[in-house]
Amino acid sequence: MASELGPRAMFVAGGTDLFPKLKRRQFEVDALIGLDFLGDRVRRGDDDTVVDAGVTLAAASTAEALRAEFPGYAEAAGLVSSPPLRNAGTIGGNLCVDTRCNYYDMTYEWRKAAGFCMKKDGDICLVAPSSSRCWALSSSDTAPMAIALGALVTLAGPNDERELPVAALYRDDGIDYLAKQPHEVVTALRVPSAGGTRSAYVKLRRRGSIDFPIAGAAVAMRMDGDTVASCRIVLSAVASYPLEAPAAAAFMVGKRVDEETVRSAAEMAAKPAKPLDNADLSHFWRKRMVRVVVEQALARAGDQQPRFDG
Amino acid sequence: MTDSNGFSVIGKALPKVDGAMRVTGQAIYADDMLPGRTLHCRILRSPHPHARIKSIDTSAARRIPGVQAVITGEDLPVKFGILPVTQDERALEHEKVRYVGDPIAAVAATEEEIAAAACDAIDVEFDVLEPVMSIDAALANPRDERIQDYGGPNNIHKLVALEFGDVDAGFAKADHVRDDVFFFQGNTHLPMEQHSAIATYVDGKVTLWSSTQVVHYVHRALAKVLELPMNRIRVIGAAHGGGFGGKTDPFAHEIVVAKLAMLTGRPVKCTLTREEVFYAHRGRHPVLMWVRTGVTKDGLITAMHFRSALDGGAYGSYGVASTFYTGALQTVTYDIPAYRFEGCRVFTNKPPCGPKRGHGTPQPRFAIELHLEKIARDLGLDPVDFKRRNFVKPMTRTVNWLRVTSCGLDDCVKNVIDQSGYRNRERRPGRGMGFAISSYLSGAGTAIYWNDMPHSEVQIKVDRGGVTAYCGAMDIGQGSDSVLAAIVAEELGLQPDDIRLVTADTDTTPIDLGSYSSRVTFMAGNAAIEAARKMRAMLVEAAAANMGGDPESVAVGAGRIGDFSFEEASILAETRFGTLTSAGSYTPPKIAGPYKGSGVGPSPAYSYSACVVDLDADARTGLVKINKVWIAHDVGHAINPLLVEGQVEGSVYMGLGEALMEEQTFRKGLHKWPSMLEYKSPTFLDMPEVETFIVETNDPEGPYGAKEAGQGPLLPVIPAVSAAVFDALGVWIDEIPVTPEKIVEAMRRKAKGEPARYGPPRFPDIPYPPCIKVEPPPKDLNVAAPAAI
Amino acid sequence: MIALEVNGERFELLLPVHKTLLEVLREDMQLTGTKHGCELGECGTCTVLVDGRPELSCLVLPIQVEGRKITTVEGMASGSQLHPLQRAFAELGAAQCGYCTPGILLASKSLLDGNARPTRDEIRAALAGNLCRCTGYVKILQAVELAAERMG
Repeated sequence: MASELGPRAMFVAGGTDLFPKLKRRQFEVDALIGLDFLGDRVRRGDDDTVVDAGVTLAAASTAEALRAEFPGYAEAAGLVSSPPLRNAGTIGGNLCVDTRCNYYDMTYEWRKAAGFCMKKDGDICLVAPSSSRCWALSSSDTAPMAIALGALVTLAGPNDERELPVAALYRDDGIDYLAKQPHEVVTALRVPSAGGTRSAYVKLRRRGSIDFPIAGAAVAMRMDGDTVASCRIVLSAVASYPLEAPAAAAFMVGKRVDEETVRSAAEMAAKPAKPLDNADLSHFWRKRMVRVVVEQALARAGDQQPRFDG
Repeated sequence: MTDSNGFSVIGKALPKVDGAMRVTGQAIYADDMLPGRTLHCRILRSPHPHARIKSIDTSAARRIPGVQAVITGEDLPVKFGILPVTQDERALEHEKVRYVGDPIAAVAATEEEIAAAACDAIDVEFDVLEPVMSIDAALANPRDERIQDYGGPNNIHKLVALEFGDVDAGFAKADHVRDDVFFFQGNTHLPMEQHSAIATYVDGKVTLWSSTQVVHYVHRALAKVLELPMNRIRVIGAAHGGGFGGKTDPFAHEIVVAKLAMLTGRPVKCTLTREEVFYAHRGRHPVLMWVRTGVTKDGLITAMHFRSALDGGAYGSYGVASTFYTGALQTVTYDIPAYRFEGCRVFTNKPPCGPKRGHGTPQPRFAIELHLEKIARDLGLDPVDFKRRNFVKPMTRTVNWLRVTSCGLDDCVKNVIDQSGYRNRERRPGRGMGFAISSYLSGAGTAIYWNDMPHSEVQIKVDRGGVTAYCGAMDIGQGSDSVLAAIVAEELGLQPDDIRLVTADTDTTPIDLGSYSSRVTFMAGNAAIEAARKMRAMLVEAAAANMGGDPESVAVGAGRIGDFSFEEASILAETRFGTLTSAGSYTPPKIAGPYKGSGVGPSPAYSYSACVVDLDADARTGLVKINKVWIAHDVGHAINPLLVEGQVEGSVYMGLGEALMEEQTFRKGLHKWPSMLEYKSPTFLDMPEVETFIVETNDPEGPYGAKEAGQGPLLPVIPAVSAAVFDALGVWIDEIPVTPEKIVEAMRRKAKGEPARYGPPRFPDIPYPPCIKVEPPPKDLNVAAPAAI
Repeated sequence: MIALEVNGERFELLLPVHKTLLEVLREDMQLTGTKHGCELGECGTCTVLVDGRPELSCLVLPIQVEGRKITTVEGMASGSQLHPLQRAFAELGAAQCGYCTPGILLASKSLLDGNARPTRDEIRAALAGNLCRCTGYVKILQAVELAAERMG
C-alpha cells in the first residue's frame, strides 16, 4: 500500500512521534497507514530474543525476558519520554524516531517566523548556516542500546523481508536518517543471546521524565573472568545517528572494569561526539557530559551480575 | 465542633467547596463551553519582532468558505492597558508590531482549521525594523526607530529614583561595604490551561466568559475598546485552570471574541494554542541588579543602595508597578535605616512581561538574600544570625513608609533552622544547605486605577433557610470560594457546604478587584465578615425577640441560632425584617507615604516566610538534586490550613522550577522554545519532599488574623537554592536559573584561581534622574505619621 | 462510521479522519472533563485510559482505539459515588485549579488497579508524565496514598 501511495503516505504505530509532527506541519501526508498488524510479543529463543516491532515501550521496559538478559535495553525503553507515551509508543517507532532539532521541532508559525530550515520547507541549516547538510539529532534511546547489543532489525517490504544490523539502519544525515526504503516497515528486533552480556544505558536530560535525551550512552559487554572479553559503546543524541565509539570499546577489551580504565575509555568515546547547539542546554556542556555518561554506563555494566549465564 | 478559640470552621482543614466539581470533570472551564453555532476564532500574529505594517490584505481570507468575519486593528483602534499610565496596547495592531506573536488580525470561522487557514491567507506587508533584544541594546541609541513612542531616552520605559534617609551618611558609618551584581532570567507562568474566552452578543449586550484572574479589569478594558457602556457588558469568570499572574491583564483574544460576536451575532470562542500562551506571557521580568550595603562590624545594616534594570518586553502591562516593586520590599524584612532605590524598565521586542507570582519581588529577593549571605561570610558571621540581627520588628514603619503590623519572621526562622538540622548539617563537598527569608503583600494597598471605593464587596442573601454569598472574587484554584464560604459559615453557625456562592460575575456580584497581589483572603475575607456579621445580627435579633431574651444571650453555632434551627431563625428574621440581605466591604487603610511612587508597596499586612533547601550538587557535571525543602510561612491565621499548605507547597514547586530550570529565552528575535517540552516545568520526579510549617501571628487587621499565602513562600526558595549550591561547592551562582553549565563554568573559574562565581560582570550605566529625597517616617507605629495618599 | 466504547457506553460517530480522540471526546461526546494543555504529548493533561492504561488522547486517532475500552474522568465514579481517588483528591486539596486533575486521576487509577499499595516513588514514576503547576505534587501523592489505603 505504501508503495502505491508514494511519499505522501506514512506509517503510524503508536503515533507519539508522528502526530505532534503532523500538527506542527513538519510532516504533511495524504494518507496514514496503520501498523496494527505488527506483532506485540517478546519471544525468548535459545539463540536470541525477538521483540516484535509493535511491542510498546512500556511492555519492553517490563518484559521479564528483556530485563533479565538485556537489562540495558529494558532500561532504555523505560527511559523514553513519559509513562503515557510509553504505553502508546512502540519499540519499532523508537528505532525510527525522527531526528530532532530545536529549530525544526517547532510549530509551522514559529518555523515560518524563524525562516524554514532544509529539513522542512527551507534550504539552509539554521544551526550551522554554512553547512550543506542537516544536523538534526538522533534522539532514540533504544537504538544505541540495540546496536551495542548487536541486535538485528527485520524490514518487511511489499514483496520481501530482509534483516540487517540495527547500526545499518541509520545514515549520517539529519534528513535521510534511515537507510530503509520508505515502503519498508520495521517488523521486529532480534537480539542475539551472548551468554552473560552485561548492558546499561545512561540518559542525560533536564528532567526526570518527558524529555528526549540530550546525550546518552549505551554499553554492552561480556566478561572473561575479571576482564572484558567484548564491548560496544554507542552514544545517543550527539550526532544524526547513534554514534558508536569503537576505539573506546576496543580499549576496554582485556582490561578490568576499574575506575582508571573506565575513565580513559570514556575520554576516548567522547572524542568523536560533536554536539551542536540544537538541543536543550549548551553544546559545550553536553560535550563534557558525554564522558560522564559513558563512564557511568561502563561502571554500571561492569558492576552488573548477569542473571542468565549462557 | 467549636475549638478552643471558639471557631467551628475557621482553622479547620476542610475540603474545598468546589472539590467534587473539579475531581469529576464537571467544572466548566471556558474552552469546555460550546453553545450551538459557536464560531472559532484564530489570531494572526506577527512573524517579526519589530516591524511597521505597510498593508494588510484580508480579501483572500474572507473568500474561504466557512469564514464569517475577519477583523484587523482598524476595527479595534482604541488602545488599552492594565495601568492607566500605559494605555499602549491594541487588541489587533495595524500600524506596528513589536514582538513575534503580536496580534495583527483575527478570523471567526465555523471550524478552527478554517480560521487557521484563513489567518495563513491574510497577506501582510511589513517594513522590518531592527529588533532590540536586550537591556543593553535598549539603553543604546536604536538603529531604527524606538519600540514605543513614549518614555526614553532610547528604549527606556520608566526611570525611578528615591532616597529615604541619608544613604551616604549610612555608608560612612559602615565598617564594611560590599557591592554585588545579579541577574534573574525571565520565566513564565505556564498555567496548565491555555487562555480561553467565549463571547455572545444578544440584544445589544456582550457577555464574555473568560479564564481570567480579573473580571473587573477585563470589564473595563472591553468597555473602553468596544466603546460600549459598562452596563452593556457582562464578564464572567469561567472555572479557572491556573493563573499565577498570567491572566491578570486584559488580553487581545478577550476583546477580539467580543468584537467578533458583535459582528456575527454568534458565539465566538478563542482558545490560545500553547505557543500563543508563551506570547501572551506577562511573566517574570528578566532583571539585572546591583546592590551595595554597608554594615557595622557587628553586623548591623547602616545603608543600602539598590539598582534594578528590568527587561520589560514590548508593552507597558504592569511594568511601572513591577519596576517599583523591585525596590519596595527589601525594607519589609530588614531594618535598613537609609535606603536608595534606582529602578529602570526598558522596552525590548519580546512578549510583554508583567506580574508573575511575587510580582517584581523574587528578583530583588534573590539578590539581597545572596548579597547578605556574602556579607555575613565577609564578616565571619553566621548568615542566619546576621540576617536575624537585622530583622524588622512588628508594629513599625520602614524607612520607605511601609507599615509592618504582625511579623513572624523569628518563628519562621526557628522552625526551618531547627527542623532542617541546618546548624549541624553534614559538611562535605557536594552537599549543601541554603537559607533565605522573604515577605510579601496581603493585597496591594492601592487599586490599579486611582479611586477611593472599596476593593472588595460581599453581599449575603438569606431566604427560607438558604444562604447565598455574592462576591466578585475569582477563584483561580487557590480556594478563594472556599475561604468565602468558610467565613460566612463561621459567622452564621453553619458549615461551608451550607453556603451557596455566586462569584466573579460582573452582572450579579458586587465588585472584587481580582485574584492578584494576594489580596482576596484579606480583602474579600474582611468584606465577608462584615456582611455575615450584619446578617447574623438580624437572625440573632429575631431569635432573641421570639425567645424573649437579650440578643447577647443568643448562642450561634452548630446550625442553631439560640433556641431555633437556622431555618427557623431565618423565617423569623424574614418575617420581622422583610428581605434578608446584608453587605460588607473592605477598603484598605490609607497608609502610603508622602511621595510619588508610594502607591506601590503598601499593604494592610505582610506575610513572612523562611526556607532551608538541602541539595546535592555535582562538581563535575553541575547537576543539582534537591533533597528536601523546609519552609515556614507566617500566614497570620490559617483560615484553612489545607489550602495554606497547598499554596506553600505550590510556591516551593514554582520557586524550584525558576531556580533550576525555567527560563524564557530568545534567539534571533524569536522565543527560543515556546513549548511545554522545551520550557522545563519540573515533573513528579523532580520535586523533593517538602516540610511545611504554618506560623500564626494573628494580624490585627486580617480576617480572623489571616494574611496571604499564595505568593510569599515562593520568594525564599530561589536564593536558598543558590546559597545551598555555594554551601556544597564553594561557588556563587549569581544568576537565575542555576543551571548545570553555569555551575561547571564557575567551578572552572574557581580551579583557575579566578573569582569562584558565575554571574553578570557589570551593571550598565543608566541615566537615572536625581533621587527624590524622602524623610523617613517615625519608626514606631504608635507615633502618628501623616500619610499623604 | 466509527464505534467507540467510552465509559462503558457505545458511541457511533461519523468523524473527519484527522480528528483526535481528545477532540472527539470533548466536541462530539461532550465529555469535557478531559482537558488539554499542549495537544502535542508534552504535558499529560489529556490522559485517558485505553484498556486500563493511560494514553494521551491528543495523540490518538479514534480509529486506533476502536474495539478498546476508553475511560475518561466522567467514568470514574460509580453513579453518584465518587471513586476513592476522587474522594481523596477532593478531601486533601490535591486539586487546586483542577485542570490537570482528570488526567492525574486516571493515571493514578491505572496505577492502583495494578499495584494496590504503591510506594511513594512508584507513584511518582507512574505520574511522571503528568505536569501540575499548582500543587507541587505533594497533596497529590498524599491523596493517592490515602485512596490506596482506603481501597486496600
